[in-house]
Amino acid sequence: MIHASNLTKRYADRTAIDGLNFEVKKGEIVGFLGPNGAGKSTTMKILTGYMPATEGTVTVAGYDVFESPLEVKRSVGYLPETPPVYKEMTVRDYLDFAARLHGVEKQGLRAAIDRAIEQTHLGEVQGRLIGNLSKGYRQRVGLAQALVHNPPVLILDEPTVGLDPKQIIEIRNLIRGLASERTVILSTHILPEVQATCSRVIVINQGRIVAQDSLDRLTARLQQGKTFNLMVRNRSSQALEVLRSIPGIKSVAEAPQASELVTIEVRPEATDIRDQIIETAVKQQMGVLEFFAEKLSLEDVFLQLTTTEETV
Amino acid sequence: MKNIWTIARRDFMAYFTSPLAYILISLLLLITGYMFSQIVFGFIQHMMTYQQFNMGKPVSITEGVIQPLFGSINTILLFIFPMITMRLIAEERKNETLPLILTSPITLMQFILGKFLSSVLLISVMLALTLVYPIVLQVYGNPEWGPIVGGYLGTLLMVSCYLAIGLFFSAMTENQLIAGALTFGASLLFWIINWAAQSVDSTTGAFLNYMSLISHYQTFGTGLIVSSDVFFFLSFIAVGIYLTHQVLDSYRWR
Ligand SMILES: Nc1ncnc2c1ncn2[C@@H]1O[C@H](COP(=O)(O)OP(=O)(O)O)[C@@H](O)[C@H]1O
Ligand SMILES: [Mg+2]
Repeated sequence: MIHASNLTKRYADRTAIDGLNFEVKKGEIVGFLGPNGAGKSTTMKILTGYMPATEGTVTVAGYDVFESPLEVKRSVGYLPETPPVYKEMTVRDYLDFAARLHGVEKQGLRAAIDRAIEQTHLGEVQGRLIGNLSKGYRQRVGLAQALVHNPPVLILDEPTVGLDPKQIIEIRNLIRGLASERTVILSTHILPEVQATCSRVIVINQGRIVAQDSLDRLTARLQQGKTFNLMVRNRSSQALEVLRSIPGIKSVAEAPQASELVTIEVRPEATDIRDQIIETAVKQQMGVLEFFAEKLSLEDVFLQLTTTEETV
Repeated sequence: MKNIWTIARRDFMAYFTSPLAYILISLLLLITGYMFSQIVFGFIQHMMTYQQFNMGKPVSITEGVIQPLFGSINTILLFIFPMITMRLIAEERKNETLPLILTSPITLMQFILGKFLSSVLLISVMLALTLVYPIVLQVYGNPEWGPIVGGYLGTLLMVSCYLAIGLFFSAMTENQLIAGALTFGASLLFWIINWAAQSVDSTTGAFLNYMSLISHYQTFGTGLIVSSDVFFFLSFIAVGIYLTHQVLDSYRWR
């Protein structure tokens, strides 16, 4: 349904995204997960035809965004980071405008607006001015706008940001409910958000894709346990044997590529045993030069993500 | 065309959700009403002096009332229109509603034309309300309708050129006041650009005269519609709309 290849966007002074390749199949809900400034919004702006890419191509529903922007725009419903609402309009008039803009025919207008209002539970406020609504309602109006022409593809940029927990749950249920018939991409920097809604995750950091997989497999990869590198002057087999006896250690091996390097794997369930490793190494007079953890790039990213659902 | 109308319709209705449109319409009617009464009063006095004492020259209603009336309508619109155009695109940028427009299946040109059309519609409503003055003249006298129709057409065309200038500056910045100030400055310049025509060489002078909006308006006021003047106004509008398009398009590439 969506196919991006080598997608690159350079702003005047920085590269926001750098050679992204990904695919989203029909009916999937895919989460763009990444910390602030990762390039999520930039990617979405390109997918929706709001902004051209510096390099690379995107096709949505079979159309090239650059060559047939109008066809792509007809197939996509887009909720930008800030809901694009006119404060001086009523909810209903605004949805009427959005539907007309997206080419909904006159005879279908009423039904389309009613459906979008029902899906987003805006019934009670449909006659109110958008400027007088709370942030949560405005976000829902933005979502209704993205839905009103019944597009096969939905692109939602941080759809739950700034909402209270009850509203967040509502919006997530709504998104999940839409998914069976639609392809959805949503971006977020909140880890539990993807857990709650997405079937697949594309993790992006500093403009590059770090991983794309199901969330279960990604977390499994993270929990495989840690690897530490120990650089020593003297790696006697006796000392290594003592290291192996520390509870929680899975393996200790002499790295073949360097005569000073010992790699130590720690069991995932172990508590932090770095102190014990170093103490042992010192006692065994191994002559410690360096001790450092081998980091997965994915872990780097996850450390920057919001992992708890605080009330925003 | 449907897309242009969708944009224009929303925008036109937006004028009336704030007090601004009502204030501007009231201002226009109050000031032109005052001027109209003064013009008519002066005209009657002049004619009475002529008839009673045979002093001065006879003046037609066209010269004595209608042309000065359009002169005052034009002048007041020059002051009012920047407040109409300054919000056109600047407000969409400020409120971050452009993403909705630019990700809808309409072209940038349709959006710009819709914006332009909505401002032309508002000016047309304003002009339509000033029809009370010619109607008053018709009730109490016998005005020539040629110069009236010409005056309206010329005014609408000339003010549409201003609107195109305003549209352009509204696309340049998201600050409405800056857009309004630049618009007022630029349109004033196009209004008086021929003042310097005498003091420069004849080629430049002819050019300045040609660029002056008001010099193309003059013949409309006598009831004549000269195609070269209509052509000038339409070209001016087209250039304004084209430049607006270029400005907005360039934002997408940053
Ligand atoms: N209009 C812009 N001009 C220059 N740099 C920008 C612009 N928009 C975004 N950026 C930069 O591009 C990077 C990616 O931004 P963005 O796509 O908004 O990230 P995210 O949505 O993941 O937080 C950031 O470093 C941001 O500062
Ligand atoms: Mg963002």
